[in-house]
Amino acid sequence: MSKLKTLITEGAGSIRPTEVEDYMNVGGYNGLKKAVTMTPEEIIGEVKKSQLLGRGGAAYPAGKKWEHLLHIDIFPKYIVCNADEGEPGTFKDKLLMGKLPLRVIEGITIAGYVFGAKAGYIYVRGEYRKIQRVLKEAIMHAKGAGFLGKNILGRGFDFDIHVISGAGAYVCGENSALLNSTEGKVGRPRIKPPHLAEVGLFLQPTLVNNVESFASIPAIVEGGGSTYCEYGTPDSGGTKLVCLSGHVNNRSTYEVPLGLTLRELIYDPELGNGIPNGKRLKFFHLGGQSGPIGGPDQLDTPYTYKGLSSNGLSVGSGAVVVMNEDVSILEYLKGVTEFFLHESCGKCVPCREGNKQIYKILCRLATPGAPEPDDLNMLRRLVDTMISASFCGLGQSAAVALNTAWKIFKDEFEINAKPQALGHAAA
Amino acid sequence: MSHIPDPNKSVNLTIDGIPVTVPEGTSILEAARKVNVKIPVLCHHPDLQVRAVCRLCVVECDGGKKLKAACANDVWEGVNVVTDNARLRGIRRMILEMILAEHPQDCLACIRNQTCELQELAHQFGIYRPGFPVEARHFDIVVDTDTLVRDMSKCVKCGRCVTMCQEVQTVRAINTSSRSVDYEITTPYDKPLIEGLCVYCGQCSSVCPVGAIYENDQTDKVFEALGDKERHVVVQTAPAVRVAIGEEFGMPHGSVTTGKMVTALKRLGFDKVFDTDFSADVTIMEEGHEFLDRLNNKGRLPMITSCSPGWINFVEVFYPDLLPHLSTCKSPQQMFGALAKSYYPSAYGVDPAKVTVVSIMPCTAKKFESERPEMNSSGYRDVDVVLTTRELARMIKIAGIDFPNLPESEYDNIMGQSTGAAAIFGTSGGVMEAALRTVYEVVTGEELDSVDFEDVRGHQGIKKSSVMVGGTEVKIMVANGLKNARRVMNSIRRGECDAHFIEIMSCPGGCVGGGGQPYATSETKRKRMEALYRVDRDMPIRKSHKNPEVQALYEKYLGEPLGEKSHKLLHTHYSTQGKHHWYVPHVTTSKRR
Repeated sequence: MSKLKTLITEGAGSIRPTEVEDYMNVGGYNGLKKAVTMTPEEIIGEVKKSQLLGRGGAAYPAGKKWEHLLHIDIFPKYIVCNADEGEPGTFKDKLLMGKLPLRVIEGITIAGYVFGAKAGYIYVRGEYRKIQRVLKEAIMHAKGAGFLGKNILGRGFDFDIHVISGAGAYVCGENSALLNSTEGKVGRPRIKPPHLAEVGLFLQPTLVNNVESFASIPAIVEGGGSTYCEYGTPDSGGTKLVCLSGHVNNRSTYEVPLGLTLRELIYDPELGNGIPNGKRLKFFHLGGQSGPIGGPDQLDTPYTYKGLSSNGLSVGSGAVVVMNEDVSILEYLKGVTEFFLHESCGKCVPCREGNKQIYKILCRLATPGAPEPDDLNMLRRLVDTMISASFCGLGQSAAVALNTAWKIFKDEFEINAKPQALGHAAA
Repeated sequence: MSHIPDPNKSVNLTIDGIPVTVPEGTSILEAARKVNVKIPVLCHHPDLQVRAVCRLCVVECDGGKKLKAACANDVWEGVNVVTDNARLRGIRRMILEMILAEHPQDCLACIRNQTCELQELAHQFGIYRPGFPVEARHFDIVVDTDTLVRDMSKCVKCGRCVTMCQEVQTVRAINTSSRSVDYEITTPYDKPLIEGLCVYCGQCSSVCPVGAIYENDQTDKVFEALGDKERHVVVQTAPAVRVAIGEEFGMPHGSVTTGKMVTALKRLGFDKVFDTDFSADVTIMEEGHEFLDRLNNKGRLPMITSCSPGWINFVEVFYPDLLPHLSTCKSPQQMFGALAKSYYPSAYGVDPAKVTVVSIMPCTAKKFESERPEMNSSGYRDVDVVLTTRELARMIKIAGIDFPNLPESEYDNIMGQSTGAAAIFGTSGGVMEAALRTVYEVVTGEELDSVDFEDVRGHQGIKKSSVMVGGTEVKIMVANGLKNARRVMNSIRRGECDAHFIEIMSCPGGCVGGGGQPYATSETKRKRMEALYRVDRDMPIRKSHKNPEVQALYEKYLGEPLGEKSHKLLHTHYSTQGKHHWYVPHVTTSKRR
């Protein structure tokens, strides 16, 4: 049996993306049609049963998020789709929005129905110019077919979706920064509490979910939460879009049931199909730059939310970046840190200053004879401070790759350090 | 979940094992203070909205791995907070080390030496050598007006000044820009302050924890004038200075130090020590009569006070269409200056060309006001140098004067006598109260039963009341802080304001909270306020028109309020073009060593 699933990618590439008719031929809008016959509580019940964990990277239970928002009695509420997809190595939302925009729109519309919202926003990464056009066209067609706009499906329910373009800042993928940016403010994260469910877009209660989460909703509603959940494991329901990149033969996006092992993802002929030129795997980086790094010893870990987290790894956005034996871990981490050094919003001290100091230390550690005696100790303290004390998710996760990598590649970190540095680090 | 905290409900928790009960909605930081635990902070300021960016105040809650910022999180029932352990100490120390790596280490040559909050934290955490090599970025020091200096190399990017400027004062003259290591506090488009919206209230400088924004120190100019035998140097002291300057010398907050301050000024060598309170009484005479004139002759109402120069700038910049509402009276500082170069020289036979007028003000905008080109009606500049309270304290320290132990002295004659009405000019509501005392008696010819108008006192942002004056109900309003001023002005613009007379002060709390006062929080400002009301209460004369020296001034020199001489010397006009109309930018930058 094929390991690939098409629960939410059914039709991707085979239909005309923005045509409602084509979309309906692959089961499109069955979810919404069923949803409008259900109560919000029933729909949320199905979402809870599905064990859908937020697909953007934070893995917050979608059902719990939805339930929380439902119980807030302040209107209007807004639905926001986080399509900022800024994590390097992640291109699944691009696939969904480019090839199946109507499925994303359907999911958002169902959410609109559940919360009695009148407006939804899709905040699309600025670099996805073409996809923004596809989305707008799809929205237009959905309106024409009566699936958006006034009196949807004759049910007296009005809902409209707007497409907002980001402008290139990675931090705008953080939900509260995303809302600030949507409002026209500077895209820096907000203080929490209050949570976005309470004080979100334009200070109103707001649901923010990832593209893939929304795209999963029609299937959950149509087939039922339990059926969806059965695709995966009992604690990590459903399927996941995985983006394989780096040193693998088949670099692409795959919809897989949660529960395969990392080895299957990387080596299965139907999936990654191994590493080019017969090289050996050195490490893999999960969930984008903000995710953890794992080594060959962890290849048999099941790719589920729980399975990975109990091994110090995480699904994150679904990115799997594979690196072969030729890659220097220090050079790789320098790249990761440089990325965050560029993308930090700069408002909190640990993230603004931490990335800079970490980058400087990594550069020294990568150069023979350059490291200072205290470098490894300082690095440890910096990583701890950033992970524990940063203002938002960006800063808290910026040092995660480093934090996981040096446990695996201790030798490489120490190789250039002076002898006294070793003594210090061991202390 | 989404409910508004009810301060009547109490929450039980422990801080480092110590049980404490606090009202719902209390932050972890405040709760900790209740049990004498001082969680370190840098970006937090009790009078400002929480920013939670320095991350120094992170604490552990219920043993959780995830830390919470104590300033930004409210307590909840049963939580066990740990504010200090090896992990938290390590993190805080690291944060400080990272900040210090970006901060110039020339503390000895810094205006905030010993009043710097970063210095205090570094000391508190025992940081005696840098954790990282110091790589402070060098920016030129920007002196784009005579009011404020910006030394952005020192900036720790806590954002207090931005919150003050944008949220409290709603001026938006400064903002944050760029990101990551380039993140900075700057002006829109990096233009000099003078080309932007700044009103020079100086509140940014009063919340800056370090030496990044501070008053343009002009003590040298004053020392120079005092040393010049040719110059006849007179000084005036604003009402709010006498209740704040003691703080600079470790005296209890709210101490009334008028007599000591006069002694100190005499010892510094001023030829005459006069009182702005005297000219505050003159202001009441003029403004009170102007108000009655407007009321009786269908002049533009509501009439709004014009004592606060930051406020004047604010109207010129944001509400030029409402300028006719402003009283034409100069501020007490400028009235004093004009009289000190006309009335005083004529009475004492001094050459006005040789008189230097120095003002001691709680205010940075007063420096700007004194530079306005139209402030020269006597033929000489009204005021020559303006020092803030902080600068005067500096002079006293330099001169080696043991301020707290000084004997008390009296102000000099002919412009030194004042009333309780003048004293309360230094606090929000004071000008209004002083005006009412005089207006009432001028209109009715009767003595007031009680001179205390309690409705206009206190810390609230906007206060409203009404008073029966000779059969007419006069509706009054008092606002302090520019956000509140903006509300009042918007209501006037919309035609929804039915007040006749409005007092507005730029700074929260009025002049007691001025941008040039010793660094303080609203708690201290409240004590200063109370002190001014004590001064008022203890004065033998409490109404401006009963001030014998003011009566003598009108008898011998001015004639009558709103008379020809008054009009020339004591009144002014405003420009719809605002400060940009006349001010030629003279930006100077000085290279750091």
